Amino acid sequence: MAMRDVDTDQIVPARFLKVIDKEGLGEHLFEDWRILPDGSPNSEFVLNRPEVQGAQILLAGSNFGCGSSREHAPWALMDWGVRAVISTSFADIFRNNAIKNGLLPVTVEAETHGELFGMVDRDPHAEVTIDLVSQTLSFGNEHAVGFPMDPFARLSLLEGVDQLGYLLSMEEKISAYEANHDGS
Amino acid sequence: MLSKIWSDHVVAQEPESPAVLYIDLHLIHEVTSPQAFTGLREAGRQVRRPDKTFATMDHSTPTLALDLNLVDKMAAAQVRQLRKNCAEFGVTLYDLDSDRRGIVHIIGAELGLTQPGMMIVCGDSHTSTHGAFGALAFGIGTSEVKHVLATQCLLQTKPNSFEVRVDGRMGPGVTAKDIILAVMAKVGVDGGIGYVFEYTGPAIRALDMEQRMTVCNMSIEAGARAGMIAPDDTTFEYLAGREYAPSGQAWETALRNWRQVATDEGAIYDRTVSLDTGELEPMITYGTNPSMGMPISDRIPTLNEFSDVNKRQSVEKALKYMDLEPGQRLLGHEIDVVFIGSCTNSRITDLRLAADLLDGRKVADGLRMLVVPGSQSVKRQAEAEGLHEIFLNAGAEWREAGCSMCLAMNGDELEAGQYGVSTSNRNYEGRQGKGGRSFLASPLTATASAIMGEITDPRTML
Ligand code: SF4
Repeated sequence: MAMRDVDTDQIVPARFLKVIDKEGLGEHLFEDWRILPDGSPNSEFVLNRPEVQGAQILLAGSNFGCGSSREHAPWALMDWGVRAVISTSFADIFRNNAIKNGLLPVTVEAETHGELFGMVDRDPHAEVTIDLVSQTLSFGNEHAVGFPMDPFARLSLLEGVDQLGYLLSMEEKISAYEANHDGS
Repeated sequence: MLSKIWSDHVVAQEPESPAVLYIDLHLIHEVTSPQAFTGLREAGRQVRRPDKTFATMDHSTPTLALDLNLVDKMAAAQVRQLRKNCAEFGVTLYDLDSDRRGIVHIIGAELGLTQPGMMIVCGDSHTSTHGAFGALAFGIGTSEVKHVLATQCLLQTKPNSFEVRVDGRMGPGVTAKDIILAVMAKVGVDGGIGYVFEYTGPAIRALDMEQRMTVCNMSIEAGARAGMIAPDDTTFEYLAGREYAPSGQAWETALRNWRQVATDEGAIYDRTVSLDTGELEPMITYGTNPSMGMPISDRIPTLNEFSDVNKRQSVEKALKYMDLEPGQRLLGHEIDVVFIGSCTNSRITDLRLAADLLDGRKVADGLRMLVVPGSQSVKRQAEAEGLHEIFLNAGAEWREAGCSMCLAMNGDELEAGQYGVSTSNRNYEGRQGKGGRSFLASPLTATASAIMGEITDPRTML
């Protein structure tokens, strides 16, 4: 999906935010782009192509996930089966939300980005492997590039470190902070 | 200012880890909180500081009358769920029938909850609005809402600072909304990623608090985490006497602390951009993100004006969606709907601007104009001033407070193919109704366009 600045209103339109749980949002992923006004699927939209069904990596344009803070966006992507998104940049809130849900945002240089799109154009079945341990992405003929990931996010994703657990372990410090600041 | 507020709130900072930040104020609404409360309940946890947590309902609530039967079953269930969660966890809720209910970012300021130097979060990207008071305020996701509920803390890496300097004196018919739309057009929709904007300069200092909120509100549209304005006497005057603002001796202490928050002269920023308002015209957007904007008398750029091929393609796609031509003028373009509302422009001064222009005039035949106050308190104030009569006499609809057509979750929406001029903050495809096409502008431009039935420069009507 090459277009840039894909916003969260496209990923999940607001009318589907009335849920009180996280399930089933994949059904509405990119709904307004996937479904034509007459209710039939838009065969030109990339997610509707038969060859991408079952794909786990979404190759996206820059500034992916801009707009609202809705965590429904990564929930919907995950529910559809996406495990990682590759782009040149991500909106901050989207990136945070994605990591908390085990959806990997992979940031690559424009050059790599271009090569990946070229490869997928030539062969829609081309495979890309993302290795979070070594922080590398490999594709084509042994072509491997590194990608940045902040160490804490990497650990959370790899070891399933629960960020809430980390915060809860700070209890003493939080209480000390409150004792110092409350009433001021 | 950013560094100062940041370091004041660091509870812990371990190597290779984000900082643990203490949150002074956590605002909640019905759409992004249910799964967070469910998470707490399942783990048997409490809300750590219900006294620092405030909830309201605004996104999916009806604006025609405050009756849950007017929205669909799912929206009603969401509202009921918030009631249940707040009651169970002891969180103050400004419920549907509360005279203090409104759009979450409007009431935070109005109640005096928002104060200088605070760290404020809400599961909503336009939390940046509160930065107008010299607070560090940003939107978070639902997982983070759960973290803050449970621990009153949040894990964050420190953003960089970005000065947006605004000089000059605005001419008549030009407003804070035009400043921020001009900043957007300059910085781009992703120019603020990884930064917090700090708005400085005489043109910012000259704005009142409501206009400053309009500016900070849209910081997120450039991808910035937050937007801030150093507090000054304008800020303190606004806060004095508000329900949650300190009073008596506490007010004096607070004032001393707040004065410390303001930026020291000569502060160094990681990036700076500047804008002169002397030449600024009313702005309007032509595309499907808020950075695709231009002075109202201009032409839509032609595609070869974009050297970046990705940008060119996105403008091309946007114009196709909008059914507009490159190089076309927007003045005189026919419109179907005008929406005055949203956390960007639905405060009392916004409504006064619209009402003044509309007084003695009529909304164009066949055009629908919707005026939705940002809070019930704004609504009461407007009615006390008789503004609602001006709107109603002119043929506009006067509604109950809420987000309404800003995100079209509650049934207030553009129909497919309709063109709307909106004072809200997002013109994404389908944002204001599936297939609807939005032009973002100031309350003045929106009102002038409502009267003429086509996009109109408000300066011709002042
Ligand atoms: S008015 Fe619009 S932008 Fe503001 S909180 Fe509501 S939906 Fe979000």
